[in-house]
Amino acid sequence: MSGHPSTYEPKYAATKWLDTRLPIVRMGADFMTFPSPRNLNYWYTFGGILTLCLASQIITGIILAMHYVPHVDLAFDSVQRIRRDVPFGWLLQPMHAVGASMFFLAVYVHMFRGLYYGSYKAPREVLWIIGCLIYLIMMATGFLGYTLPWGQMSFWGATVITGFFGAVPVVGESLQQWLLGGYAVDNATLNRFFALHYLLPFVIAGLVGLHVWALHHVGQNNPIGITTKTKQDTLSFHPYYTIKDGFAVVVFLLIFAFFIFYQPDALGHADNYIEADALKTPPHIVPEWYFLPFYAILRAVPDKLLGIVLMLGAIVVLFVLPWLDTSKVRSMRFRPVAKWFFWIFLFFCFILGWCGAETPDNIAIPFGVDAAGQVRGLNFTWLSRIATIYYFAYFVLILPILGLVETPKDRPDSITKAVLGDTKHTAILPAE
Amino acid sequence: MSDDKKLDIPSAVEDEGKRDFIFIATGAAAAAGAVSLGWPLVAQMGKAADTLAAGSIEIDVSKVAEGQQLKMLWRGKPVFVRHRTPAEIKIAEDTLISDCPDPEEDSARLIAKPDGSIDPRYLVMIGVCTHFGCIPVGESGDFNGWYCPCHGSHYDTSGRIRKGPAPKNMEIPEYKYVSDTVIKVG
Amino acid sequence: MIFNVKIIFVTAALFIITFSGQGYAAGGSNTGDYKMVHKQWQFNGAFGTYDKASAQRGYQVYREVCSSCHQLKHLSFRHLGDQGAPFYDERYPNPNDNPLVKNFAADWSIESIDGETGDILDRPGVPADKFPAIYPNDAAARASNGGGLPPDLSVIVSARNGGADYIYNLLLAYEAEMPKDMVMGPGLSYNPVMDGGAIAMVAPLSEDLVEYADGTKATVEQMAADVTEFLAWSSDPKMEQRKSTGLMTMLYLTILAILLWFSYKRVWKDVEH
Repeated sequence: MSGHPSTYEPKYAATKWLDTRLPIVRMGADFMTFPSPRNLNYWYTFGGILTLCLASQIITGIILAMHYVPHVDLAFDSVQRIRRDVPFGWLLQPMHAVGASMFFLAVYVHMFRGLYYGSYKAPREVLWIIGCLIYLIMMATGFLGYTLPWGQMSFWGATVITGFFGAVPVVGESLQQWLLGGYAVDNATLNRFFALHYLLPFVIAGLVGLHVWALHHVGQNNPIGITTKTKQDTLSFHPYYTIKDGFAVVVFLLIFAFFIFYQPDALGHADNYIEADALKTPPHIVPEWYFLPFYAILRAVPDKLLGIVLMLGAIVVLFVLPWLDTSKVRSMRFRPVAKWFFWIFLFFCFILGWCGAETPDNIAIPFGVDAAGQVRGLNFTWLSRIATIYYFAYFVLILPILGLVETPKDRPDSITKAVLGDTKHTAILPAE
Repeated sequence: MSDDKKLDIPSAVEDEGKRDFIFIATGAAAAAGAVSLGWPLVAQMGKAADTLAAGSIEIDVSKVAEGQQLKMLWRGKPVFVRHRTPAEIKIAEDTLISDCPDPEEDSARLIAKPDGSIDPRYLVMIGVCTHFGCIPVGESGDFNGWYCPCHGSHYDTSGRIRKGPAPKNMEIPEYKYVSDTVIKVG
Repeated sequence: MIFNVKIIFVTAALFIITFSGQGYAAGGSNTGDYKMVHKQWQFNGAFGTYDKASAQRGYQVYREVCSSCHQLKHLSFRHLGDQGAPFYDERYPNPNDNPLVKNFAADWSIESIDGETGDILDRPGVPADKFPAIYPNDAAARASNGGGLPPDLSVIVSARNGGADYIYNLLLAYEAEMPKDMVMGPGLSYNPVMDGGAIAMVAPLSEDLVEYADGTKATVEQMAADVTEFLAWSSDPKMEQRKSTGLMTMLYLTILAILLWFSYKRVWKDVEH
């Protein structure tokens, strides 16, 4: 999995013996000494943070599966039992539930970092696409898992999202009922969602392996986007980045722990403490916060099928991004115009999230009061339409055109020059 | 078997046509096997026999008072039996079907009794929004019919979609009058 | 680099405020001019604990008033004597031995099967029993309550936007005056805290409805506060353990972060980056 010449030399007879048969120690050693650009900032620590999130979700998830019962009559009760009676269940259940939010928080930072520094550009297209695939499966896993506590939001979230498949022309209804295993969300659905929710994290873990492999094959990008050229441009992964990642991970854990211990319900929804009821839809259904921008895109369109197509398109467009952005310059640091469009893009992603959480007909930005005393202004539907248009324009218009017309700033020749200034300074690499 | 002496010569060159056939046949046989095995793996996710046998329910519509609605669970979905007021019936009948995104006459949404008469008071439908499957709330929305809280679809007093993202009218289940006042759904 | 860490924090905070605050504060709307009372609960805040005396009185209100219609299906009697629970007694680390808990359990009758004859009979509860169902099924519950289904109360505080304040205000808001243009259906009472303003439960509390053993005056406010305190515990029984473990965890992580920061500085000492 390593893209650099191995420096590992087995010292003992036993390790030499093993190295000629299964060079697993060599693989680990090469991983730890992987030459990483010396100018990576804290935004680059989220890969490590995400690895921790995945591990945490898998471990707490397997533990919860030992106590959870995937049956419509018992699922809600078994979650309550975990929180009340299972030793440390009160800790492990919120760890898993809050952990899902933290995982998405970290993945969004990681993705926006990739967008800003142009980490999707050649030769990292495959690396980026595997990342998009991981994100897609994460979304599926998050959705399936949210169904399991069998609260009102679980049930109606599952109903709405499986309803997307019903919009497929001709085979929609059959497809939907095949997924549900019945006419509506019921025990068959809960059971298969549980099975798949257990499976997908391991698929993610496999893809993460490929993601890291691709990363090590092409080398890491860095904040200035200049390819590493000499040994001086890089530092050994260990101890430089293990310690830096370690520090970032612990800061991240502080936020994580704050939510687990002091606000375990802040990222959830009160309705999910009501057991699923097939006869009553909650008055205000919203997905988990990490799906809100996509939910806003779905609702921005009055047509059912088109809404779904656009929502999926919002994810699909990420896969083809490496071929949409025509600029040869990776990092936005050297793209004075694109940088602004990027920040506006980030802003509109937040706006979409806001729209997704609100009732579409409510006024988002009041302009004033009309004669009847009603507040007039831009409602959330129109705000989400504006934001949706920008979202797609950023990928299919702005990035392709800007790459051709923008004049990038002067870039340094190498990372070393950028770090040390353009002097005759000889960088001293500490002994490895 | 005359080519025993030519064992050291790559015979593939001579037998190319024959080999191709063998490879294609083998591949086809393997593919057929994989598909036959794959089908049960896919089909198992469909409706199980007990789900299909969910059966039918009988409802005595005369027990629903005027202006009231009965909600019964059938195949995991709610069935609405609405005893409509004369005003509601009038609105439903007077609506021009050209105003409906999914044009359908009110009378086409009712089922005749055994004697052939139609009782417009009782509207029986599957109370599931045709957008993404939420349950609409009765006596609300812009058309005083049903309003879906999930994405704001408005239905009229005949359960027809009038405004909002839902593409179709609320579905009429398969049902019949088994007596003058009792219907059998399913 | 410190600057970048701040950005991470600010971004995280922004994210959460944008997405959680706005959307999830919705619901639990109230009609009329009713002003929600925001009570200073003792369990609020990072160090908050349950007011045990209040929660004990709250159990009495639940038993004597609420339990005629509302179940606590996720609770067993033994939970009342758990650590952090209203009737915890350190002399009885096993709540099944707690005499108060035993008495509470015996006060309920539990349906069970006679091992010899197979007949169904009622026996007094033991601490290990769950709180029994009030009605044999939902249809029976609706039939006895004019079509309304009394919700289970075990997680009711978590299940409502506004939490404890919502429950407390709901119990008090019956006194509010109904807007003149509002019409109540049969069997419904006006309650501005309830979504839509109409509730199927009649005003459950009235002055001196229960007699508190500790001499506290049983005003409607007092009983509402006490039963809310009890239900808040019932919804989140492990809150005290969680908060105290949280404090230790946060302290530990802070120290670890400081140590890692200095190690990081040491490792990178001679490296320009």
